[in-house]
Amino acid sequence: MVSQFVQLSVIGLANGAIFALAALGFALIYKSTGVINFAQGDFLSVGAYALYAGVATFGLHWSLGMLLAIAVAVVLALLVERLLLRPMIGESSIAVIMVTIGLSSMLQAVLLMLFGNAPRRMPRILPGGSIDLLGATIPVNRLVAIAIAAVVLGLFTVFFQRSRWGVAMRAVADDQPAALTMGISVPRVFAMAWALAGVSAVVGGLLVAELVGVSGTVAEFGLIVFPVVILGGLDSIKGTMVGGAVIGLLVQYTAGYVGGGLQQVIPFVVLVLILLVRPYGLFGEVRIERV
Amino acid sequence: MTDSAPTATATTAAGATRDDAGGPGPLLAINNLEVIYDEVILVLRGLSMEVATGQIVALLGSNGAGKSTTMKAITGLLPTEHGETTDGTIHLRDTDITHADPAQIVRAGASLVMEGRHVFEHLTVHENLVAGGFTRPAETDDGIAEVYEYFPALEQRRDQAAGYLSGGEQQMLAIGRALMASPTLLMLDEPSLGLAPMLVEEIFAIIQRLNRDLGTTVLLVEQNARQALDIADQGYIMESGRIVLDGSAAELADNPDVKEFYLGMAEAGRKSYRDVKHYKRRKRWL
Ligand SMILES: Nc1ncnc2c1ncn2[C@@H]1O[C@H](COP(=O)(O)OP(=O)(O)OP(=O)(O)O)[C@@H](O)[C@H]1O
Ligand SMILES: [Mg+2]
Repeated sequence: MVSQFVQLSVIGLANGAIFALAALGFALIYKSTGVINFAQGDFLSVGAYALYAGVATFGLHWSLGMLLAIAVAVVLALLVERLLLRPMIGESSIAVIMVTIGLSSMLQAVLLMLFGNAPRRMPRILPGGSIDLLGATIPVNRLVAIAIAAVVLGLFTVFFQRSRWGVAMRAVADDQPAALTMGISVPRVFAMAWALAGVSAVVGGLLVAELVGVSGTVAEFGLIVFPVVILGGLDSIKGTMVGGAVIGLLVQYTAGYVGGGLQQVIPFVVLVLILLVRPYGLFGEVRIERV
Repeated sequence: MTDSAPTATATTAAGATRDDAGGPGPLLAINNLEVIYDEVILVLRGLSMEVATGQIVALLGSNGAGKSTTMKAITGLLPTEHGETTDGTIHLRDTDITHADPAQIVRAGASLVMEGRHVFEHLTVHENLVAGGFTRPAETDDGIAEVYEYFPALEQRRDQAAGYLSGGEQQMLAIGRALMASPTLLMLDEPSLGLAPMLVEEIFAIIQRLNRDLGTTVLLVEQNARQALDIADQGYIMESGRIVLDGSAAELADNPDVKEFYLGMAEAGRKSYRDVKHYKRRKRWL
C-alpha cells in the first residue's frame, strides 16, 4: 500500500519535472513577450533529438551532447523569434497563435525528415539502477530527474530575482513603455526569453529522452503544458513547479488507483475546472488594483 | 514671482556642480518638430523650444495640446504608439537624437518620468530602482543609496511591490528610478497628476533640490501652471501642437492671458465673454 503510493509519487513527480520544464519555457515566452507558443512541445522534441544526435549519432560525451543540444535549441529559438515573431509584433494574438501552430507543424516535419518515425534508443545519461524506498523499488534516474528539474527551476528563480537581465525581463513584462524609458532593450529581452525557453526545453528534452525515450510522441508533452500553466498561472515560475508536480502526481494516482485510461483526460478535466473557477491560475499574478 | 531670486542662484550652483554643464548652446534644442500618429493625425505642428543647461523649464498647456507627445518624441517612444517624427530635429547637446531609439537617448543623458508614473507594479521598490539603473550597472548600489537619501520613505518600503505604494510614493519611485540613469536632462510629465496638494508641494520641492544639488536640468510638463512657474526659470506654453508663448517664468506668471487661462486668476468683470472667445481664437492661431 505504502510502497505503491511511494512509487506512484516518485514517478508522478519525475513526470511532473518534465511538465514543469516544458511549462517554464512556455511561461517565460508568454510572460515576457505575450506570445502563446503552441510549439513548446516541439522545442522539447528538438532538445531531445539534438541530444540524441550528439550522444548517439556523433558519439559525443553527454556533457558535450548537452552543450550541442543547447546551442541548437538556442539558435533555433532566436531564429524563430527574429524571423517569425518579431514581424508579428502588434498583430492580433490569434494571428500570432496561428504562426506558432504553423511553426509546430514545421518543426515536426523537419524532425520526421531528419530522424524518421521509429523510436530511437538513447544511451543512458542519468545513473541507472534502483533503490529501496519505504518498501518501493525506485529507479534512481527518476530521483535524479526530480533533482535536476528542481535545480534548474531554482536557478531560473534566482536569475529573475537577482540578476540585472532577469529584473529587466520582469520589468518588460510589467510595463513595456516604462522599461523602454529605462534604456532596457525590449527586442533583446524578447530574444533572451526565447533563448532561455530553448535552454529549458533541452533540459526537459534530456529528461524525456531518459524517462520516456526519443520518438515522435515527445511533442505530446506540449499539450500537457496547458493544464500545467493554467493551474500554475501563465506567468509564474513557482506556478510551473507546482503545476507540473500536481499534474504529474494526479496522472499517476489516477492511473494507479482508478485506471481505465482516466489518467489521460484528468489533466484536461483540471484545466476546464480551473478555467471556470480561477481564470488566472493558482499562482498567476493578481492584477494589483489601487489608486 | 517671489521665487525667482532663489531659482536664479540655484542655476549658478548647478553650473558649478556638474562638469558638463555651462557649455555653450542649450542642452536640449527642438527645432520645427512635426509629429504624426497613425500616419494621418498631425499632433505637433512645427514645435520649437530650448532647454538651457542647469535650468528648470516648464512646458505648459491644456489637455491634448501635445505635451506628452513632445516628451515621447524626445525619448524615442513614438514608434511604440504608431507615431513618427516627420519633420524637424531634436538635439541633445551636439547629438542628433531625432530618430534615436530609447536606449540610446537614455545613455545620452535624457530620462523621462512618464505621465501616470508607470512604476513596475509587480517588482519591489528595490527592483524598480535596479531596473532604472539598467544602463549603469556598475553604479547601481551607489545610485540606490542616493535615491533613498532623497526619498527616505522609499527605503522603508524597499521590499514591497511597487503596485501597493500610495500614489505619492509611486511618483517618488518613478522619479528615483529615472535618477538611477544619472540623467543630465530629467523630464517629468505631469508629476503632480492625481496627488494631494501637500504631496505636490513636496514633489516640487524635491525637483528643485535635485536641480540645485545635482545640477540636473529639468523639463517639467504640467497642467498645474502656477506651481510649475513657481519653481521654473523659463516657461513655454503650447496649444494645438506648437509653442504660442514663451519667456522667463516670472514674465509668464505676470502675463494677463496666462493669468486668466492657466493660472485661473481672471479679474472679475474685466473681460466680457466675447473677449474671451476672441482670445481663444487668437490663442489658437498665434
Ligand atoms: N497614440 C496616439 N494615437 C493617436 N493620437 C494620439 C496618440 N497619443 C496622443 N494622441 C493625440 O494627440 C494629441 C496630443 O496628445 P498628448 O497626449 O500629447 O497631449 P497632452 O498635452 O499631453 O495632454 P494631457 O494634458 O491631457 O496629458 C491629442 O489630441 C491626442 O488625442
Ligand atoms: Mg499628457
